[in-house]
Amino acid sequence: MNANLDPDTLTAMRLLLVEDDRDAAEYLRKAFREAGHVVDHAADGEEGLALALADKYDVLVVDRMLPLRDGLSLVAELRGRGHATPVLILSALGQVDDRVQGLRAGGDDYLPKPYAFTELLARVEALARRGGPQATDTLYKVADLELDRLAHRVTRGGKEIALQPREFRLLEYLMRHAGQVVTRTMLLENVWDYHFDPQTNVIDVHVSRLRSKVDKGFEVPLIHTVRGAGYMVRAGLA
Amino acid sequence: MRIFRHLARLVRTTAFKLLAAYLAVFAIFAVSVIGYTAWHTRELIQNQVADDLDREVRYLAEQYHIGGIQRLVYVIDRRSRRPGSSIYMLANFQGEVLAANVSDLSLGLLDAAGTRFTTYNRQDDSGAGRSHVAFVQVFILSGGYRLLVGRDIEERDTLRDLVARPAQWAVVLIVVLGLAGGVFVTRRVLKRIDAMTATTETIMAGDLTGRLAVSGAGDEFDRLAHSLNVMLERIEALMQGLKDVSDNIAHDLKTPLTRLRNRAEEALRTARTEEDWRGALETTIEESDGLIRTFDALLMIARAEAGQARDTMTDVDLADLTENVAELYEPLADEQGLDLTVTSEPVVVHGVRELLAQALSNLIDNAIKYGRVPDGGRGRIAVRLARAGSDALLTVADSGPGIPAADRERVVERFVRLEASRTRPGSGLGLSQVAAVARLHGGDLSFADNGPGLVAVLRLPAKAGRDGGGAATDTASRR
Repeated sequence: MNANLDPDTLTAMRLLLVEDDRDAAEYLRKAFREAGHVVDHAADGEEGLALALADKYDVLVVDRMLPLRDGLSLVAELRGRGHATPVLILSALGQVDDRVQGLRAGGDDYLPKPYAFTELLARVEALARRGGPQATDTLYKVADLELDRLAHRVTRGGKEIALQPREFRLLEYLMRHAGQVVTRTMLLENVWDYHFDPQTNVIDVHVSRLRSKVDKGFEVPLIHTVRGAGYMVRAGLA
Repeated sequence: MRIFRHLARLVRTTAFKLLAAYLAVFAIFAVSVIGYTAWHTRELIQNQVADDLDREVRYLAEQYHIGGIQRLVYVIDRRSRRPGSSIYMLANFQGEVLAANVSDLSLGLLDAAGTRFTTYNRQDDSGAGRSHVAFVQVFILSGGYRLLVGRDIEERDTLRDLVARPAQWAVVLIVVLGLAGGVFVTRRVLKRIDAMTATTETIMAGDLTGRLAVSGAGDEFDRLAHSLNVMLERIEALMQGLKDVSDNIAHDLKTPLTRLRNRAEEALRTARTEEDWRGALETTIEESDGLIRTFDALLMIARAEAGQARDTMTDVDLADLTENVAELYEPLADEQGLDLTVTSEPVVVHGVRELLAQALSNLIDNAIKYGRVPDGGRGRIAVRLARAGSDALLTVADSGPGIPAADRERVVERFVRLEASRTRPGSGLGLSQVAAVARLHGGDLSFADNGPGLVAVLRLPAKAGRDGGGAATDTASRR
């Protein structure tokens, strides 16, 4: 089955933001709304849990340290009751063991504070898409670029492109999130499975190598750089 | 009063209590052994006396059979004269005494046959009568004659006293000596403990450089003192680390913060166009990102040095990790005019995968930044993982200008950046992070000359077994 990767099908998301800091909550609400999403807000862990259980959300954005019930306990409770809604945990605690704790509690992603809003938005959008049907597809298609996940084959305009295993995974991740911004840290985390800060932008060089194989010699570039945010695979110029 | 307080303190110590308990057990044991022996000896003598009497009675009865009452009287008479003789009394059925060597035995004794104890008076040398205990046997001969033969058993009681008195003294002596020994031992123990307590108190008062004295005797106190000293060293290192971190935060975070603030003020003062504002804001964000990085690096070092990440340690396939991280940097190195090569042997270490990857990434990043060949030619970076005995040696060698031998030690210190490299980007914490990760895993970071170039050596304790690849938990290849 071919996935429909037309970016325009990415509709508005319903988000639940559980954050006790008024200013931060207000800022995030505004920013998400500007990005076209609907945001509900809860100011403590208990209210957050009640709302998450009562309503259907695409993604929960949960601060780790909350009054009444902390973020990890909220996620654990939600998972204990069988709710699979994707959760992104925001936290001032950003070290390796903190992240491990967050993911063990049932979080799907973990973003340390302070963060760039573009990073948060990209991650939330990636999480929302994760629940969609595209995740199980075996063939990704963007314009004339096709990636066969089972045969490990990439073709553009019918012509095969030879890729290194890592390049294949890089392209696979970019195409799974076609039409969405994918940040450098997201690539490092999902393609290399590392969460540290590489100081230098090693990812950029990998993407430019991939680009030289996928886009070189073709009229329309498919791998785009989104300034100040990351990369995006999409058909045609934005 | 003081001596009582002192004694009370001695008595409260564990050593003294143990000794007292031991002493009590020993005393009870000694008393039982002595008592048992005394009782047994007495029984033995008693049986001996009974046997002798029995034999004598039978002999006398025999004499009576052979020669009638005259012979019996004669034999008794003769026997009575021997020194240390038995007690004899012979009476007819009317109760008339026919022969006797003791005067005041009551006649009633002769009424029934059998053995019993009785008392009698014996004339000793001074002529005074003294009551003695005797064990007697009465035998009725044919013709109504009654024969009594007895033995003075004073000897038996004397023997008992002979055993019992020294035994009592021995027990008393044991207790006294034991207590004295207890006081002596306890005092010695207390002296060592008091010395330790005094040292710990000065340390608690804030002097973390103090150490407990080790006497060199190799006893349990030395072992305890040694362990405590190791602990103190660790605490001192942690405190020093904390102090360094706060000093560094004060010094190296305030500098970029001041710069940030100055830029913002300058923008407020001089910016006219929207482009000016935008540019100023963008620099502000860039500067604050740099600050966050420095801050994260500091936190990571502090956490690693405090050993907090230990519970996230798993078996890490270091060969896989080395190849992955090298692969991550290879395109960047290539772009910078450096050939990056990797060689690895299968090694598994127990550690935090993320931190190990970061450490290697910092080393490679460093090699890319400072390892370029001065004349602009193509440089080399060789990443090598080898097993050396029980250690894993992860080396990153470059072909750059290297570091003068005098500066190599300093390189690892936090925030120390060699003068020549001050202009390059980076927080300057990279190598400190590597050193902290090495320490967390029980290894170390050192530098050597690559002639030309620098070799960074990250030594980590490896897991036993040549090839643990199957058990390795590296998730990089997992989807």
